[in-house]
Amino acid sequence: MDSSLLFGITMLAYLLATACYLGLLLFKGKGIGRLGMLLAAAGAAVHTAALGLRWYESYQIGIGRAPLTNMYESLVFFAWCITLVYLALEFRFKVRIVGAFVMPFAAVAMAYASFSDRMDSQISPLIPALQSNWLIAHVVTCFIGYAAFIVATGLGVMYLLKESAGDREGTHGITGSLPELKVIDDLIHRTIIFGFLWFSGGIITGAVWANEAWGTYWSWDPKETWSIITWFLYALILHARFTRGWRGRRIAWLAILGFFVVLFTYFGVNYLLSGLHSDG
Amino acid sequence: MTTTTKHPIISLFASVQLALFLLFLLASTSIIGTLIPQNNQPAYYVERYGHKAAQLLQVLDIPDMYNSWWFLGLLALFALNLVVCSAERIPQVIRSLRRDGLEVLPEQLTKFPIRGEVILPDAPAAAWERVDSVLKNKGWAPRHVDKQDGRLFFAERGGWTRFGVYVVHCSILIILAGALAGSSSVARRILNNPGFAFKGSIMLPEGESTDHILTFKTGERIDLGFALRCDSFTIEYYANGMPKTYRSEVTILDNGQPVQETAIEVNQPLTYKGVTFYQSSYQPYQQYRVSLQKRGTALTTATLIQAAKQVDWPEGGISYGIINRETQGEVTRRLKIWLTDNQGEPSVFWLHPNQEAVIERPSGTYLLTIRQMYATGLQATRDPGVWLVYGGCLLMLIGLSIAFFLSHRRLFVFVTPSEQGSRLLLAGDANKNKGGFEKTFEELRKALEI
Repeated sequence: MDSSLLFGITMLAYLLATACYLGLLLFKGKGIGRLGMLLAAAGAAVHTAALGLRWYESYQIGIGRAPLTNMYESLVFFAWCITLVYLALEFRFKVRIVGAFVMPFAAVAMAYASFSDRMDSQISPLIPALQSNWLIAHVVTCFIGYAAFIVATGLGVMYLLKESAGDREGTHGITGSLPELKVIDDLIHRTIIFGFLWFSGGIITGAVWANEAWGTYWSWDPKETWSIITWFLYALILHARFTRGWRGRRIAWLAILGFFVVLFTYFGVNYLLSGLHSDG
Repeated sequence: MTTTTKHPIISLFASVQLALFLLFLLASTSIIGTLIPQNNQPAYYVERYGHKAAQLLQVLDIPDMYNSWWFLGLLALFALNLVVCSAERIPQVIRSLRRDGLEVLPEQLTKFPIRGEVILPDAPAAAWERVDSVLKNKGWAPRHVDKQDGRLFFAERGGWTRFGVYVVHCSILIILAGALAGSSSVARRILNNPGFAFKGSIMLPEGESTDHILTFKTGERIDLGFALRCDSFTIEYYANGMPKTYRSEVTILDNGQPVQETAIEVNQPLTYKGVTFYQSSYQPYQQYRVSLQKRGTALTTATLIQAAKQVDWPEGGISYGIINRETQGEVTRRLKIWLTDNQGEPSVFWLHPNQEAVIERPSGTYLLTIRQMYATGLQATRDPGVWLVYGGCLLMLIGLSIAFFLSHRRLFVFVTPSEQGSRLLLAGDANKNKGGFEKTFEELRKALEI
C-alpha cells in the first residue's frame, strides 16, 4: 500500500460525502446526512494517514521532508484543511448541511490534484531555498487560513440561497433545511475571523522565512502582494462589520468575492504571474 | 459625543469610512504591480507597452510602484488614519470603562439583552451572602451598593480586552516604523548615513576577501569595518541532479585577525556586527584546482589549471590535463582527465569534481582530486528595523486574538426582598460573542438557584 492509493480512497470518500450532503440538501434525509458526515470524517482519517505515509515514504527514498512543497502536495493539504475546518465547524455548531456547500471544494481540490496534467505527484527533493524549519509553520498557517476563507465562501453561498428563497418556501423547499439567516451570518463572521488570524500568521511566518533565506522580509513579489491584497480585503470585511454594522447579504457577497481573491493568490499568481513562489 | 466642535479634517481622519476607502485603494492599486513587471529598464516598458504608455507608466512611477510617492503616500495616509482614529477612540473606551457599573439604575437592568430571575427562600441578608459567594466561586469579583429598594451587585471581566483592536492598530504602526528604520532610502537621504541600513551584494572569488559591499540600485560602496574571506564555495547535488546545498565557507577578519570561521548556506545566514550575509548566487570560473599526491612519498602539488592544456609535474614525473568536460550551464559536472608518466598507454577517465581518483601507473600510484573554482555571491544586509517588524508582527497576533476571541462581560445582580424571601434580578452584557456569554450567564443563574 502506498500513499497515492490512500489519496485515491480519500478523493472517492470526499466525492461520495459531497453526493450525500447534496442528498441531504435535496431530500432532507437525516440518515443520508449522517452518512455524508461519516464519509467526510473517514476520508479525513484516511487523508491524514496518507499524508503521514507520504512523509514516511520521503524518508524511505532518502529525501525526508514534509509533504507540503509542491503544487500537488499543497492542493492535497488544502483539501485536508478544508475538510478539517468543516468538520470542526460541524462538531462545534451542529450544522451538518454546511457540508453541502463546503465538501465540493475539498472533493474538487483532490480530484484536480489527482487528474490535472499540471500536477506532478512525484516526491522530489527540496531545493536549498525550501530547506527551512519555517516551511511547515508557513504552509500550515496559510492553508488553515485559506481553508477557513473557503468555508466562509460556502457559507456565503448558503446565505444567499436561503435569502433568495425568502419566506416563500418556508420549511418545505430545499432551503427549508438551512439554518436561520442570523445563524449563517454569525458562522460566516466566525469563520472569517478564524481564517484572518491564521492567514495573518501565514503572512508573518512567510516574511520571517523570506528574511532568513533572502535577507528581506518583504519584497512585493506577486505572491506576497496578492497575499496582502487578500489580507486587506478581509480586514475591510471585518471593519465593515464591526464598525459600519454590515451584515447578511453584503458580507455574504464579500465572502464569495474573497474566494476569487484567495483562488488567485493561491493559483493565479503561480500560473499567470512570475515570481519566487513557484511551489503553491 | 463632542464631534460638533472638531475640525472637519480631524473627523475625516478619525473616520472608519476613510479606513475602508484606503484599504480598498491599497488592495486594488497593489494589483497593478503584480501585472506590470517591476524594476526593469525603461527600454523594457517601451518595447512592451509602446512609447506613449511607457511614458505614462514612468510618470506614475509604475515600474517601481511600491516605492512610488503615491503608494507610499497612501500608506502614510493609512498610518495617519490609524493614529487619529485610535487616538480619538481610546479615550472613549477608557471613559466607558471608568463608568461604574454600580451607578446603573435598577430599572435599567430590565433593558439588558441578557436577563434572568431567581427567587430564593432566604431573607435578603442571606441572599447577599449567597450571591457574593457564588459569584466569587465562579471567578468574578463582585462589588455592591445599597439602592433604595435593594442591593445591587456588579462584576465585570475582560474590560481590558476592549483595547485588543488598538493593540492591532498599534502593531501595524510598529511594523511600518520598523520598515522605515530598515529602509536604505531613509538611511541615505534623511539620515545621510548609508551604513545605517542597506541591502547590497558582493561577488567574492574563492580565496579572496573584501572589506566592503556594493548596494543594490545605487551601487554605492559601503565599508563593513571588517573583512570577509571566502575560503571555498561548494554545490552539492541530489542523485537526480537537483541542487541540494550551496555552501560558502567563510572567515571573518577583524583588524586582520580571523575571528570567526563559519559556513553560509541558503536559509542559514551569518550575522556579524549587525550585517547579515546571505547565500544568494554564485559564479563558476572555467578554472580548476588540481591536488595531486604520489602514494608512499611526500610528493604533493596543488595547481590552478584550465581545460585543454597539458600540465607537467616534473617532481612527480607525470603530465596531465583536462581533455573533456560535461557541463550544466557554466557548472562543470564531470571532467575527463588524461594522465601519463610516459610509460605505456596514458590513463584516461571521467571524474566528478571533489571526487578522489586513484591512478595506478607503472611508476607508482597517484591520488588526484579536482575542483572547479567559484566566486560566491553573497547578499549583505543591515536592517536595524527588523526586530521592530518582528515585534509588531507578534503584537498583531496577540492583538487579533484578544480582539476576536476575548470579550468584555458585565454582570449585575439586583437583590430585593419578596414575599417568598428574596428576588434576584440578573442582567448582563458582552461586547462580543454574546452566545458564549449567554451560556455562562445561564450556568450562573442555575448556580444561584437552590
